[in-house]
Amino acid sequence: MIDLIMKDILGTPAILVGLFALIGLLVQRKNTGDVVSGTLKTIMGFVILGAGANVLVQSLGQFSSMFNEAFAVQGVIPNNEAIVALAQETFGTATAMIMLFGMVVNILLARFSPFKYIFLTGHHTMFMAALIAVILTTGGFSGASLVILGSIILGTLMVLSPAMLQPFTRKVTGSDDFAVGHFGSFGYLIAALVGKAVGKGSKSTEEIKVPKSLSFLRDTSVSVSLTMAILFFVVAGAAGPAFVQGELSGGQNFLVFAFMQGLTFAAGVYIILAGVRMLLAEIVPAFKGIAEKVVPNSKPALDCPAIFPFAGNAVIIGFFFSFIAGLVSMLFLPLLGLKVIVPGLVPHFFTGAAAGVFGNATGGRKGAIIGSMANGVIISFLPALLLPVLGSLGFQGTTFGDADFGVVGIVLGNLIRMVESNGIVFAVVLGIIALLFFLGARSKANGDKENPDTDIA
Amino acid sequence: MKKVLVVCGNGLGSSMIVEMNVKAALKEMGKEAEVSHTDLTSAKSEQADLYLGSEDIVGGLEDGNKNVVKLKNLMDKNELREALENNL
Repeated sequence: MIDLIMKDILGTPAILVGLFALIGLLVQRKNTGDVVSGTLKTIMGFVILGAGANVLVQSLGQFSSMFNEAFAVQGVIPNNEAIVALAQETFGTATAMIMLFGMVVNILLARFSPFKYIFLTGHHTMFMAALIAVILTTGGFSGASLVILGSIILGTLMVLSPAMLQPFTRKVTGSDDFAVGHFGSFGYLIAALVGKAVGKGSKSTEEIKVPKSLSFLRDTSVSVSLTMAILFFVVAGAAGPAFVQGELSGGQNFLVFAFMQGLTFAAGVYIILAGVRMLLAEIVPAFKGIAEKVVPNSKPALDCPAIFPFAGNAVIIGFFFSFIAGLVSMLFLPLLGLKVIVPGLVPHFFTGAAAGVFGNATGGRKGAIIGSMANGVIISFLPALLLPVLGSLGFQGTTFGDADFGVVGIVLGNLIRMVESNGIVFAVVLGIIALLFFLGARSKANGDKENPDTDIA
Repeated sequence: MKKVLVVCGNGLGSSMIVEMNVKAALKEMGKEAEVSHTDLTSAKSEQADLYLGSEDIVGGLEDGNKNVVKLKNLMDKNELREALENNL
């Protein structure tokens, strides 16, 4: 009986996440129909996520074979949805537990620290929980200590990441209504600081006439399809028709095969997104409702597109220059003995655009261009440096895309690698977090608008 | 029962926040409607009485028979409320 509850029920991540949704719905005193449908949909979302991962993995495998044949190095496509969906098979329970208790830690920190942020970008909460679960498990943590340390790290990031950006977010939005809650924040901080350094007297991007024709790329499934089709064409061409038709496609024309594999990848991402959407539909509103009750003067930290309307041109400029920087970085990675990170339109669109908005706020056109290029370089090198600490998950041909996943993963992963005893790791991490809060609170108290680099935990 | 669909590029983050704001606004107005959020691709094939999203995104939805409202600032609750009052 105990075994049934502990292993079969709580050990099935889909059911575990469903239970969280159920608790959330009951706490909000929803009617029976809502409770039943909300709980079932959450569990189904988790199952859909896994199904999407299966679709995506096949085409990722074909991509890796062709890339290897063509360039004799491994090419990696950073895609958060893909890597998280793949991680769920092994790390699902740990991810779910860290996610739930990370939210609890977020609420507690917002209640008792000077940083009143409630991190509402649920998919990023989940992705970061997955990253932390992978790194800690690979480093030998398990059980209660895994969940406790993991959720403290996650909850800390959920308040410090928006806090670190807030002086600049205020500059962007002209108000203190909301914060940016997005785990690309390290890239945005750099973009804002670079903008400040280079953009003296530069005019705002918003005084330029930019054609609106690029906005179709904001539709994720369109931009993933487009990038992947182009990438597969290039790689299939480089691998040569003989190899593709002889080894992979069973005789199907290599370009047709490449096109269909590219779109299969995009279909996988689309399915995973649909799953994540269903999975979060009940959990995030419940989290928000509970947080608002516990922390009366809380500030919502929102997904990065929330700041896009404040500088529409900077969005296009930022995406463009971040992507260019990603392409250039791709050529340098193998020279340094790192795996090749293929720049994806989606990470460059969302984080490049946000970096452009921040860069513009501190340094006008120059700031937007150079700031978003800095972001493009960051999201090319960090994913490559992150691969070695992901353990067995580092060999799947995909990895986490946004900057903070890289920073947190690399710091935490290497800390665990260097320090023998996990007890000491635990203490060191808590020490770092305490220091960050102290520094953050002091700079806040000083009214100093430049937070120190508080993005490491 | 009227249906409101909030749309953003990914269908994950900002559309979900706006959905919560729509629900809160409807409560204040004493109106009832079914509210959900999704990505642009799915929105094209989903029926609703009102489509909401930021200007550059939902422009792609207008096909002459969809009731689409382009929001200038996604996070502006007053603009949102106006859109709801005029369209529901």
